[in-house]
Amino acid sequence: MITIKNLHASVEGKEILKGINLEIKAGEVHAIMGPNGSGKSTLSSVIAGRSDYEVTEGEVLFNGKNLLELAPEDRAREGVFLAFQYPVEIPGVSNINFLKTAINEIREYKGMPNIEAKDFLALVKEKQKLVELDGKLANRSVNEGFSGGEKKRNEIFQMAMLNPVFSILDETDSGLDIDALRIVANGVNKLRSKENAFLVITHYQRLLEYIVPDFVHVLYNGKIVKSGTKELALELEEKGYDDIKKQFELA
Amino acid sequence: MANEILEEHINSEYKWGFTTDIESDTFKKGLNEEVIRLLSHKKNEPEWMLEYRLKAYRYWLTMKEPDHWAYFQYPRVNFQDISYYSAPKKKPVLNSLDEVDPELLKTFEKLGISLEEQKRLTGVNSNIAVDAVFDSISVKTTFRETLAEKGIIFCSFSEAVQEHPDLIKKYMGMVVPYTDNYYAALNGAVFSDGSFCYIPKGVRCPMELSTYFRINSSGTGQFERTLIVADEESYVSYLEGCTAPQRDENQLHAAVVEIIAHKNAEVKYSTVQNWYPGDKNGVGGIYNFVTKRGLCVGDYSKISWTQVETGSAITWKYPSVILKGDNSVGEFYSVALTNNHQQADTGTKMIHIGKNTKSTIISKGISAGVSNNSYRGLVQIRKGALNARNFSQCDSLLMGDKCGAHTFPYIEIKDKSAVVEHEATTSKIGEDQLFYCNQRGISTEKAIGLIVNGYCREVLNKLPMEFAIEAQKLLAISLEGSVG
Ligand SMILES: Nc1ncnc2c1ncn2[C@@H]1O[C@H](COP(=O)(O)OP(=O)(O)OP(=O)(O)O)[C@@H](O)[C@H]1O
Ligand SMILES: [Mg+2]
Repeated sequence: MITIKNLHASVEGKEILKGINLEIKAGEVHAIMGPNGSGKSTLSSVIAGRSDYEVTEGEVLFNGKNLLELAPEDRAREGVFLAFQYPVEIPGVSNINFLKTAINEIREYKGMPNIEAKDFLALVKEKQKLVELDGKLANRSVNEGFSGGEKKRNEIFQMAMLNPVFSILDETDSGLDIDALRIVANGVNKLRSKENAFLVITHYQRLLEYIVPDFVHVLYNGKIVKSGTKELALELEEKGYDDIKKQFELA
Repeated sequence: MANEILEEHINSEYKWGFTTDIESDTFKKGLNEEVIRLLSHKKNEPEWMLEYRLKAYRYWLTMKEPDHWAYFQYPRVNFQDISYYSAPKKKPVLNSLDEVDPELLKTFEKLGISLEEQKRLTGVNSNIAVDAVFDSISVKTTFRETLAEKGIIFCSFSEAVQEHPDLIKKYMGMVVPYTDNYYAALNGAVFSDGSFCYIPKGVRCPMELSTYFRINSSGTGQFERTLIVADEESYVSYLEGCTAPQRDENQLHAAVVEIIAHKNAEVKYSTVQNWYPGDKNGVGGIYNFVTKRGLCVGDYSKISWTQVETGSAITWKYPSVILKGDNSVGEFYSVALTNNHQQADTGTKMIHIGKNTKSTIISKGISAGVSNNSYRGLVQIRKGALNARNFSQCDSLLMGDKCGAHTFPYIEIKDKSAVVEHEATTSKIGEDQLFYCNQRGISTEKAIGLIVNGYCREVLNKLPMEFAIEAQKLLAISLEGSVG
């Protein structure tokens, strides 16, 4: 589904991603772990098309298309979704209006007519249930005054509403209480299918007990330095990143 | 990067810039007592009206053009280089649509204003009575008969001078005397047309009343005069709209609007101001120098001003409320958007005189391009205005980094029992917000529209439904370009 080849990216002249290679197939869940500042969020921003980052080398293919050539909104319309590490507030714009606009923009891109009001409402109801989102939150302004955990849950609600093909969850678990973590993870599991894929960025093994990944990668200093199965996450949790740091320390 | 994106999207295009080719009766440029006499004669005015004009004119001659907004560099108005009267030649005859020049009907049709009553009869309660003002005269006022059945007077100001002289004599200048300021004095001397509304005691006006102002002839000034009187226990919602052709010259629109609310009466006054703003380089556009003021003369009366200002090269406008009656309420909800070289200096004055008076001020400024947008407001609590309350919130939104936003709140409190709160914020449309929208599939153009409308929501919510939709579109058009 998505193939990342030798991806290099820099911000303000400083290279952050230093040759990432990663292939994710439909139906798979990959997890990325790694110390603070190693480039995890940078990778997700580059995939989603944030303009601050300059790709200096490499390519990203998404279902055969050159993703890096597409505008960020077109990447989203093709089915790339990013649950942000720090979701943004948009005062005065209701979640519902925001999502309706998004859905209709995506539909227009696909040559479909606007969604019917009653279908939209039914969808909202269904997905609200899925992530057990308080109905009041759906009607409030996008993320405005939401608690940290509510923002994260709202990201997953949006994901459920937009039904993307490839979703990146950037530390969606941080800030969630234990119940919320379970609810969000259950939501993701219910959305998993043979047709879609997930890239889950996390610092904690705990999330991966709920969302069981097919592969776990360690990102360190802009490179994937180790890959394995879910056992790797357990190992990291126990031992920390010391070994890896020693092994890959720059001279 | 964000700035580049924004710039691409804020190249606006003015869609109301056409000119109607119609033969008109236009005065030679220049201003003197002869011109005023001729103007008054054209309008067939009674002697007392002429006297009023002359007194205002003589007073104006003693005044100096204000220059305390000196940081606004703008070409000064040459008052001798303006024609003070211009009217379509074919004289409009009232009560029969057929006798309004079809060219004028077409013009208003093109602007989205229907002067045919039956056309508005969709949606049972969505009727709007329209007074259409073209340059110096009113060409048609609709629904007069329907309104007259309830005793409501809705007609052009000129007609009111003829037909309701007692009301005009009683109320004209009550809130804005010609001595008030330079442009009010000029208006008193040369006012052209506008609307007169009178809502009798105990009547709730069954439809929105509105006036649409159109400037068409070049080289002219438009001097609107509007007077709204709400008698005891009455209610009216009044709307004002305006556009002008696209021209290289600066044209002056100097209006005086007065509102009087008696005991328990409520007046809602809404404006969507869309005068031609000038081109991208700041050439042309309307100078919109306006005095709008309401007087809550009776106890428990209420006056609300809601304005969406997107047009004009320069706007100076401070819709105000004098809260004289006890327990009276004044409100000011404003969105002012400036782009390119536009300059807006707008705000309000809330003058608390009566006891338990309350005022609310919500101002949302949006600046783009190299424009300047200022909020200037006065909250004055006079001695004896026991338990006066004011809440003010002034927000500024900047798009790009070449524009300016300024806030000048003046607060004068002479009574210790007053509670006055003021909040102000300045924000930018963040690249973060745009990227967040993009990431959900929303184009940058749509995203800007969403964010700006979200930012203005508190104010837009105060507009009557039809106007709110129009205002939303207008905000989007004023900011978006041809991209997309
Ligand atoms: N816009 C930016 N300007 C300057 N430096 C940046 C920018 N974005 C990222 N960086 C730098 O790039 C490096 C990688 O940051 P990134 O956010 O990708 O790390 P991360 O792996 O997601 O960390 P965390 O686990 O703390 O979320 C950091 O050193 C960060 O300071
Ligand atoms: Mg991160």
